[in-house]
Amino acid sequence: MTQSFRLENVGLINKDKKLSFKFNGKTYYGYEGDTLASALIANGVHLVGRSFKYHRPRGFFGAGVDEPYAVVQLYRNGETEPNIKATEQELFEGLEATSVNCWPSVNFDIGAINNFFRIFLHAGFYYKTFMWPKSFWYKVYEPFIRKAAGFGVVSTKHDKERYEHKYEYCDLLIVGSGPSGLASAYAAAKNGARVILAEDKPRFGGTLLTSEVNIGNQSGKEWAEGIIAELKEMPNVTVKNRSQVFGYYDHNMLVMSERISDHLPKTKKFHPKQRLWYIRAKEVLISSGSIERPIVFGNNDTPGVILSSAAKEYLKVYGVLVGRNPLIFTNNDSGYETAIEFKKNGVDPIILDTRKDPQSEIVDEAKNLGINIKFSYVVVAAQGYKKVKSADVAKISDDKEQLGAVENIKCDCICVSGFWTPTIHLASQSGNKTKFNEDIDAFVSGTSKQNEITLGAANGTYTLDETLKSSFETGHELSKKITNNDNKISFPNVVEKKSTTHDKFWCVPLPEGKNYKRFLDFQNDVAVSDVEIALKEGYRSIEHVKRYTTLGMATDQGKTSNLNGLQLVSSIENKIVPAVGHTTFRPPYTPVSIGAIVGREVGKHSKPTRKSPMHSWHEKNNAVFVDAGVWLRPRYYKQGNENLFEGSKREAKNVRTNVGVCDVTTLGKIDIKGPDVAELLNRVYTNAWLKLPVGKARYGVMLREDGIVMDDGTTTRISENHYHMTTTTAQAANVLSHLEYYLQLVWPELNVNVVSTTEQWAGAAIAGPKSRDLLQKLFPNSDVSNEGLPFMGYMEGDLFGVKARIFRISFSGELAYEVNVESDNGNFMWKKIMEIGEEFKVQPYGTEALSTLRIEMGHVAGSELDGRTIPYDNSLEGLLSKKKDFIGKRSLNREAFIAEDRQKVVGVVPLDKKTSIPEGSHLVKDSNAPLPNPKLGYISASCWSVEHDNPFSLAILKDGKNMIGEKLFAMSPLKNKVIPVEIISSHYVDPKGERVRS
Amino acid sequence: MLHIKCPHCGIRSQNEFSYGGDATVKRPELNKEISDQDWNNFVYNRKSLRGKHLELWQHLSGCRQWIKVERDTATHEIFNTLKANEDIS
Repeated sequence: MTQSFRLENVGLINKDKKLSFKFNGKTYYGYEGDTLASALIANGVHLVGRSFKYHRPRGFFGAGVDEPYAVVQLYRNGETEPNIKATEQELFEGLEATSVNCWPSVNFDIGAINNFFRIFLHAGFYYKTFMWPKSFWYKVYEPFIRKAAGFGVVSTKHDKERYEHKYEYCDLLIVGSGPSGLASAYAAAKNGARVILAEDKPRFGGTLLTSEVNIGNQSGKEWAEGIIAELKEMPNVTVKNRSQVFGYYDHNMLVMSERISDHLPKTKKFHPKQRLWYIRAKEVLISSGSIERPIVFGNNDTPGVILSSAAKEYLKVYGVLVGRNPLIFTNNDSGYETAIEFKKNGVDPIILDTRKDPQSEIVDEAKNLGINIKFSYVVVAAQGYKKVKSADVAKISDDKEQLGAVENIKCDCICVSGFWTPTIHLASQSGNKTKFNEDIDAFVSGTSKQNEITLGAANGTYTLDETLKSSFETGHELSKKITNNDNKISFPNVVEKKSTTHDKFWCVPLPEGKNYKRFLDFQNDVAVSDVEIALKEGYRSIEHVKRYTTLGMATDQGKTSNLNGLQLVSSIENKIVPAVGHTTFRPPYTPVSIGAIVGREVGKHSKPTRKSPMHSWHEKNNAVFVDAGVWLRPRYYKQGNENLFEGSKREAKNVRTNVGVCDVTTLGKIDIKGPDVAELLNRVYTNAWLKLPVGKARYGVMLREDGIVMDDGTTTRISENHYHMTTTTAQAANVLSHLEYYLQLVWPELNVNVVSTTEQWAGAAIAGPKSRDLLQKLFPNSDVSNEGLPFMGYMEGDLFGVKARIFRISFSGELAYEVNVESDNGNFMWKKIMEIGEEFKVQPYGTEALSTLRIEMGHVAGSELDGRTIPYDNSLEGLLSKKKDFIGKRSLNREAFIAEDRQKVVGVVPLDKKTSIPEGSHLVKDSNAPLPNPKLGYISASCWSVEHDNPFSLAILKDGKNMIGEKLFAMSPLKNKVIPVEIISSHYVDPKGERVRS
Repeated sequence: MLHIKCPHCGIRSQNEFSYGGDATVKRPELNKEISDQDWNNFVYNRKSLRGKHLELWQHLSGCRQWIKVERDTATHEIFNTLKANEDIS
């Protein structure tokens, strides 16, 4: 197919590079520099989709970010992406796109039947119609709506593209590279400020690319190119195109999405697809321009009805005619500029101007060119279904209420201009109190809450001279404030055509006996009649009207519809627009891909991975790893074809019979120094700490102020004023913050210093009856006998030239030690233990065996200290000092905490001694009781007891103290299991604790 | 994202800090009798103010100091930041 609507010698595209692409399966050609929209229009394709509700044919309405219709499904490099605006998507070789919201095809769409039933599809239709019968919702209504509605399909495949995040700081962030953006950026940059200039389009320059103006004896476009070239060379300036600043957040932080590879057939190696910028700016200049707003008339959604500014952009930037027989419908001078461009390129337009007798340079120019202009004329309705074929037009009375006789004019497009709406989204997001400007019938930014200023067309300034003057001035003033420099640049001479005022007319009345749909919101199919119904039904607040009718709610966020909606509400309500007020603008200004928001934090990259210094040894020895918070820990060391159950059982058994070694580097370690450490510990832990001698460790439990157990661990007195605290792996960071809180805020008089040393020490737990023999060979010069190093004792030792700390503490319930060396020596220590331990049959053991050992011993850990239990629940009440106060003590006499039948940790064995009980199972008295079956407790941890060779679990059970010997049922609806169990003591192995002291 | 001026380090982004609640709450003294009501107020009861609020933040990924921040809970405006041992004048 030929590009029959392409002009020669016009446009900024590269006609030397022809690109092929597919739309709805058909191959077309365009040029480098095209958007998908401009390339399709060049090929005469105007039907691109179906509307959301009525499935009416839809074409192109804009040429950029404001586009409500042309949303397509994009296929690129084997991936697919929905919600792509054809007006923004740049053409690349091999691009494929399809229409959305139509089935089976855009030309024959079954949903279009809605158009004939539209009488039923009015405002609030979904709320009213699909309510009954209730049973129809899941089977009939919802599947139907889901098939018929929606803008595209999300890929269910893993997104292989890379997305990045970047943090940046600057003096001035300037949003938009039109005349005001360029001028303010240039002035500020020349004055030494650090500037970021962001442009959402591929080309810089904004309206300078399409308007006939002259700046400093250059065309607007040449001037823009010169400024951009200079800015790009300056070290204090960052210039970014294809970058949309979409959100304005607190404390002048803005977020920008940069499309780096979306315009290429595939992303280059090592390049991201998109980059999200978090920009903290001292000052923000919003020069985001204006969006033309439509005039509302009958069938104004027919393909071929297009914004006049978009028609001009297609012509001047892409060399594409939106039609060969254009009708321009305008209430201001902007429409004339479009008409003049058509005329200059050999196309004869007709102008319908709602004004009676406008006088301006631009109008005169159109007249002089011999353009057919009809004053006081309006388009009553567009005619044609899939494309405009003609327009019904009529003269309108001076009061704009009465239509004259309707005439029909042949045309193939209607370019509409209802004046301009400043883009105030970012200003409004920043908290700016916007105000209504009567002169332009639109809201503009008012009182700033943050450091932002809106300039140029975004502020309702529509003359170039004024825009440039104020922008140079503002750029200079703001940068002077920051840099204290005062380099002024000379102001260029500006030549532009003068325009006159617009007509406030915005909605064409319906002719007698006609019932044309007059659309306000094109993406969500909201017509004038829908808003009228909403108001009749009593909706008053504009926020409610918006939600009831969905006006301005879709992905285009009502960029072209909001203001006309407000005008309608205010005219029905007989209020002025500012009294109605606008709906809240919220980020994002344009859709942002989920990939960009997530960035690199995907899968394993969503958090850091911490590895112990012995990690490589574990890897080499077939460790199967498990996530423990951010740490990777060996779960078991696989031998042959062992599974987790077999491997962990072997490891645990070896600890009980010989000796095992476990990497405990991950335990939190806090180094505590100062004369008042004992006093601090005495307040933080529930037991007494004032008399702990040097060279001794003690087990302690710490509570939160509400009496709930926060953490447990041992603390060792290394020397007079030096202690070493250990915490659980999971709570390490919280415990440090907890100590800092009390030291800095509550008891600043305590002379204590705390610092995390988790990463400084590598730790190995050596446990089992032969652990002392092994330890003695590791430290031949130390006396590690039961007398020399008793239970809870501490000493320093020399591990073949490496300084080591030896703690006699036990988690497994066996005779056990923990050896710490500086992290760099961790591997050396581990290898020595394995080498020397060989004769004692040492084996490494992982977290699964570690759990087994502690569970059958009845030692509580994370699954019992789960943030819901108090010391009594964990049978730790013996550690509660009665003599002294401590954090959380006062909470422990709460009624529920001292209840006679308070929950307590117990042991649980299945009656058949065979069936393992799933963790999380509920304990109930009667397995057949009607639901909800009263729950007495829950299984917190389960293991296979290696000592007894049968399953054993710990549970937190109501009145656990008096339940020993009871027979209950463990129910797991999740695993569909009901297991008869007996409640026993939680200490299943060595209940007297003799082994640790042996 | 807030921009918080740590009195020790200077202006930093919110993601270096963690929130610590109402800074005007005083922990009751140790070893002193206290009524259930007063203890409950200390542990649980907090006002959910709209407007100026003196609150605690810890500069977790920085100097690890707990600081006081006077912030408007509705507008997020920060009026003042103080060291742990300083009080609002």
